[in-house]
Amino acid sequence: MKTAIEIENLAHNYGLVEALKPLDMSIESGTLFGFIGPDGAGKTTLFRILTSLLLPTQGTAKVLGLDVVDDYRKLRPLLGYMPGRFSLYQDLTVAENLQFFAKLFKTTIQENYHLIKDIYDQIAPFKNRLAGKLSGGMKQKLALSCALIHKPELLFLDEPTTGVDVVSRAEFWEMLRKLKNYGITIVVSTPYMDEAALCDKVALIQKGKILQTDSPNNITESFVKPLFSVKSNERNSLSKDIETFGKTDSFYWFGDSIRWIGDDEKDADLLRIYLQQKNHQALEIKKIKASIEDCFMDLMKGNYE
Amino acid sequence: MSKAVVVKDLTKKFGNFTAVNKLNFEVDKGEVFGFLGANGAGKTTAIKILCGLSKPSSGQVTVAGFDAYKQSELIKKNIGYMSQRFSLYDDLTIAENIRFYGGIYGLKRVEIQSKTKEYVKKLDLEEFEGRAVIDLPLGIKQKLAFSVANVHNPAIIFLDEPTSGVDPITRRQFWDMIYSEAAKGKTIFVTTHYMDEAEYCDRITIMVDGKIEALDSPSRLKKDFNAHNISDIFLKLSRKQNSTQN
Repeated sequence: MKTAIEIENLAHNYGLVEALKPLDMSIESGTLFGFIGPDGAGKTTLFRILTSLLLPTQGTAKVLGLDVVDDYRKLRPLLGYMPGRFSLYQDLTVAENLQFFAKLFKTTIQENYHLIKDIYDQIAPFKNRLAGKLSGGMKQKLALSCALIHKPELLFLDEPTTGVDVVSRAEFWEMLRKLKNYGITIVVSTPYMDEAALCDKVALIQKGKILQTDSPNNITESFVKPLFSVKSNERNSLSKDIETFGKTDSFYWFGDSIRWIGDDEKDADLLRIYLQQKNHQALEIKKIKASIEDCFMDLMKGNYE
Repeated sequence: MSKAVVVKDLTKKFGNFTAVNKLNFEVDKGEVFGFLGANGAGKTTAIKILCGLSKPSSGQVTVAGFDAYKQSELIKKNIGYMSQRFSLYDDLTIAENIRFYGGIYGLKRVEIQSKTKEYVKKLDLEEFEGRAVIDLPLGIKQKLAFSVANVHNPAIIFLDEPTSGVDPITRRQFWDMIYSEAAKGKTIFVTTHYMDEAEYCDRITIMVDGKIEALDSPSRLKKDFNAHNISDIFLKLSRKQNSTQN
């Protein structure tokens, strides 16, 4: 399989702040690759280097076989980039923005319209509205259309779903799946851990360091500690009682239940007896498969200096 | 039980557009109340009215015992507010931010000094004390912003996506802070796009197209909608809306 991105010993500092620690990795062509991590993890810094907008402090990166520093002129026409902050011209209309980006990349809207049709059709009724007057969801669709209009080989999307509601997020990921079918390599970043499952491969990133890179399934399978979901009718006392139980690696709330990680799987039976003695009604303790968020939290603990 | 917020038939129109359409709900003192909805559903419009920043077109609104039409200045004095987008001044230090907000709310100099000491100690900020807020990691900044929103001991704190982009461990620590304030009788009014966090609320509302389409405790809503989680309820409500439109 062809390599779309090859990174060697790449790092970036802002003054004394190590935004990106020395990093080696590669991303294959045709994948939907996700960088999953909170704000300040280094996602935007990495994207800016890979799109040739920021010079790395050290190391090299090749994107589509081209060096991001030496060959930036050849590289840029091949890339689509949707920054985290809305960066289109607010005082141009929807149609004017699209026209502008098509012209800038020496193409026409007609030539690649098939790529953006599904997305652009949804905002076409507002094509004469100023971009600055669009709702958040429509701005996002216009930004994606503008990033795609020159049929890039590789698309970078920096936190396209941050602050977006769950329904619109699900729709956005469906659009990405369709774009992938056109053979475009897609690199996307997100702070929402549950979106990792929608990628072919992900890198979990925190404090400028990649914690793990693999398919979402392999990452969750590699979580070997005994993990249980604990539920009871006495929600308020549940965490206090687990805290006094002792034989615990860690525990935390996860939606309507507590995730309990034990040192030994057998301790779950002891936990059940202990909580029954504490009068927990409708107690439900079951072994579960880890989610990406469980894995991330476990890996984070090893990444504190 | 006394009510922190009472909303009856609240409607807000902008020209011909009805952004908020006959909302009805009450929030108890000490309750953690989740205010959810899709982008553009009318949440921000409703929150602005509850914070005294905008007047209703019609309906009744009482916040912390004050009327939204006639006493909006008193509402502002008795609530705290923080959002993901704007909370603290990045180019001021921690102490300067606390002094600024404390000053705005009319705290005495000694009170501001003692609050500054309290927050620095509670949030473990010694190493950042003399530095501008921009240098703080996001999670710590959000915890500080929450404390600062509480500096004048308001009856209600409004939190607008307070944990957006925050790492999963710090997110949970933030909710511990929410719970400990609620336990002291403080009312928390919170919005979030993390559906696991919706489960941490005592009750939630889900707004669709300017109306409240669901209002109850997370566990009862899941039962009523026959859903596994809050995400499912969201999807069901949005499909229902689409099918009535088409």
